[in-house]
Amino acid sequence: MNYSVLLSQMLGATLMTLRIFFVTLAFSLPLGLLVAVGRMTKVKAVNLPVRLYILLMRGTPLMLQLLFIFYGFKPIFGIQLDRVPAAEAAFVLNYAAYFAEIFRGGIAGIPRGQREAAKVLGFTRRQTFFRIVLPQVVKGILPPMSNEFITLVKDTSLAQVIGVVELLKITSDWVSSAVSMIPFAVAGVFYLVMNAAVTRCFTAAEKHYSYYR
Amino acid sequence: MPILTAHDIHKSFGGEEVLKGISVEVEKGGVLAVIGPSGSGKSTLLRCITQLETVDRGDIAICGETLVRTGKDGKAVYSDRAVCNRIALHVGLVFQNFNLFPHFSVLRNITEAPEHVLGRTKEQAEASAMKLLKKMDLSDKADAYPCRLSGGQQQRVSIARALAMNPDVLFFDEPTSALDPELTGEILKVIRGLAAERMTMVVVTHEMAFARDVADRVVFMADGVIVEQGPPEQVFGNTQSERTKAFLSRFHEN
Ligand SMILES: Nc1ncnc2c1ncn2[C@@H]1O[C@H](COP(=O)(O)OP(=O)(O)OP(=O)(O)O)[C@@H](O)[C@H]1O
Ligand SMILES: [Mg+2]
Repeated sequence: MNYSVLLSQMLGATLMTLRIFFVTLAFSLPLGLLVAVGRMTKVKAVNLPVRLYILLMRGTPLMLQLLFIFYGFKPIFGIQLDRVPAAEAAFVLNYAAYFAEIFRGGIAGIPRGQREAAKVLGFTRRQTFFRIVLPQVVKGILPPMSNEFITLVKDTSLAQVIGVVELLKITSDWVSSAVSMIPFAVAGVFYLVMNAAVTRCFTAAEKHYSYYR
Repeated sequence: MPILTAHDIHKSFGGEEVLKGISVEVEKGGVLAVIGPSGSGKSTLLRCITQLETVDRGDIAICGETLVRTGKDGKAVYSDRAVCNRIALHVGLVFQNFNLFPHFSVLRNITEAPEHVLGRTKEQAEASAMKLLKKMDLSDKADAYPCRLSGGQQQRVSIARALAMNPDVLFFDEPTSALDPELTGEILKVIRGLAAERMTMVVVTHEMAFARDVADRVVFMADGVIVEQGPPEQVFGNTQSERTKAFLSRFHEN
């Protein structure tokens, strides 16, 4: 087994893993916030579809969603999606649903008096949300968010079911061709390092927000 | 001309009528104390006037502008959004539990609305906030966060926050009820000071001695109606209704 080739291929595949990770976050966090707001409105025409969406995303396997988006897009929309964008789309849609529920809990946890104080001071609803409510929500949802981020790092390995070559896919190819367990151990270390970094970021964020109760 | 007139206000929560035709009037520079037992609708009245709740029926005008009036069908008709928002800027409200913004410093709690609602510059807003903090004897706390302050200090910040918007009338909903007894004095002192400056105020309070010597009018509410009202000497000294007498006697005992 050529270790330098193994390592360089695994590092290359890790870039794909990181790409899926960051693209998913970049789109699913804002989308999740939007979904959370939609979930909380009393307008039925918005609320009901949003609830259905959350149910679908949380109630079916992520792997099924990956397969459905990759293989189902062409028959429905007539265009063949590339593997990586299909994977990213599935992750974004799936994680937005989870993030939405976290945001919703966080928003509901802000005391009503905060909105009332803002209203009496003349803030618009928009200002109240972005200046008063959301900054406080961020502090409150850091622990559940860190769980989701860590899960996402590991979930990226599911993208291989639609042929995306990410870290775990490369690794298992090496294991079967070289008949060695060493690549598995190396991959484990790679995932651990990524999640240690995620954990560090969250610890830093929690420390940053500790300036107030 | 009165700064606030509220006429025949009705408000129900899920079939239970909480305000059953309340009328109050506050002159410029006047201090109205609202007293009454728990659940009598005092907070609800304040919340209706400050637009935190909507009334079912009745007329409210603030600084000569109509917020709501009773339509021909007997239901409340609110003025359009722009007028309501403009009226909201005439009133300030100090809450029982302060409701300071915990993620902002004391200074930013006070400057945020002048900057982003009134469009003041940061420098203007901070200069007047510092003046208000000085007046509240809190100059050294400008950079502190609310969680580091005592209840009395937090309440003084919230009064400064309300004053920073230059309201024409300031409402207080039991501003000392969440405080330890030894801290109520500092808040009452601040309100006394504002009264001396002829700030128009409506104060819901359980502090009878305070109501007696700061207010120029007292309203006693019970079960959603005004049972008795008048100058403090009359309401406290020459009480007419049995209901009011019974309520006040509980305060004399202790
Ligand atoms: N949002 C609401 N929904 C339902 N009922 C309410 C609501 N707000 C107030 N009430 C009811 O209205 C009645 C009057 O409440 P309010 O808070 O105005 O009384 P209060 O005079 O301020 O009492 P306290 O001295 O305890 O503050 C109470 O019976 C209360 O349960
Ligand atoms: Mg009350």
